[in-house]
Amino acid sequence: MSWLSLIFGEKKPTASVAKERLQLIIAHERASLSGPDFLPDLQRDLVAVISKYFPVNPDDIKVGLEKQGNYEVLEVNIVLPEGR
Amino acid sequence: MATIITVTSGKGGVGKTTTSASIATGLAMRGYKTAVIDFDVGLRNLDLIMGCERRVVYDFVNVIQGDANLHQALIKDKNTENLFVLPASQTRDKDALTEEGVEKVLKELEHQGFDYIVCDSPAGIEHGAVMALTFADQAIVVTNPEVSSVRDSDRILGIIQSKSRRAIEGREPVKEHLLVTRYSPKRAHEGEMLTYTDIQELLRIPLLGVIPESEAVLHASNQGIPAILQKDTPVADAYLDAIGRFLGEEHPLRFVDYEKPGLIKRLFGGK
Ligand SMILES: Nc1ncnc2c1ncn2[C@@H]1O[C@H](COP(=O)(O)OP(=O)(O)OP(=O)(O)O)[C@@H](O)[C@H]1O
Ligand SMILES: [Mg+2]
Repeated sequence: MSWLSLIFGEKKPTASVAKERLQLIIAHERASLSGPDFLPDLQRDLVAVISKYFPVNPDDIKVGLEKQGNYEVLEVNIVLPEGR
Repeated sequence: MATIITVTSGKGGVGKTTTSASIATGLAMRGYKTAVIDFDVGLRNLDLIMGCERRVVYDFVNVIQGDANLHQALIKDKNTENLFVLPASQTRDKDALTEEGVEKVLKELEHQGFDYIVCDSPAGIEHGAVMALTFADQAIVVTNPEVSSVRDSDRILGIIQSKSRRAIEGREPVKEHLLVTRYSPKRAHEGEMLTYTDIQELLRIPLLGVIPESEAVLHASNQGIPAILQKDTPVADAYLDAIGRFLGEEHPLRFVDYEKPGLIKRLFGGK
């Protein structure tokens, strides 16, 4: 910035701030949007593995991804058949 | 084989329609039989930008629904040989665009010997925008040097990579091009605005061109003449270069560097 622009109060260059913010948000959104896509596959694979050991109803195996603060928690919930 | 080019952005008002009109005109000027389709059902504007608004009788939705045939709805452009416009319906909503209907119209254009079909996408990531990119072979992602436009471009790229037919059928992916529009070399130089290299680094797709911010675009739209026909203006030259690159030629970028005006110019005005 020249002394002239200091006197006349030129605007601050803000493009570098914009770029940094975009780098973060785009990386984050790419990761989170591509994330949950694998859940149906994971669920199907889990059903296949677990039913080798005992009969399960596919609907009784639930998988989900949850945000807790800075962490992502993968939750797998399996309801065992009754009478065991 | 017809090549389907979708002009898209996610964000509204960044220059999709301006670009669709100029890209379609540029391809037709090179001798390719080209159709440009307005997918912005309910908010048609391509007809105004192409200067054919008074010749619209039937539209895209009429053809999809069988109320008219393609021949009746296609408008032959009056400025450029080989160029035809298919306007959007003004009275329906975007749900009138069914996937089968859109596919049928595109197939028919291909049968009629069109080389290029340019699809002017509506803003957003909803049904209309998805219909415009479903059948794309190539996509021109129009981006302004501004944070929300860049982020939305990244979103729409994700949608192209998941919802296009090419993606769903596991064929060769849609070829993506970045077109930066409304670029001000001066503001980028002064650090007030993202540079085109910043944008390319963020989005990581090949750069097709950089279209400067210019009053010529307003003059063009006032008259209903595509900006690429505003002879010897930087905007027209930048679009002509982009067409050349699209067709595989090499053209150095122009109008991207800021030249400080000389003392005389600073004292006596000028831009
Ligand atoms: N290079 C440019 N320089 C100056 N103005 C421009 C430029 N490109 C586009 N504009 C202006 O920006 C406005 C929006 O352009 P346009 O209609 O092409 O955008 P769009 O992306 O199609 O909008 P929508 O999302 O509403 O369909 C118009 O007023 C147009 O004249
Ligand atoms: Mg538009």
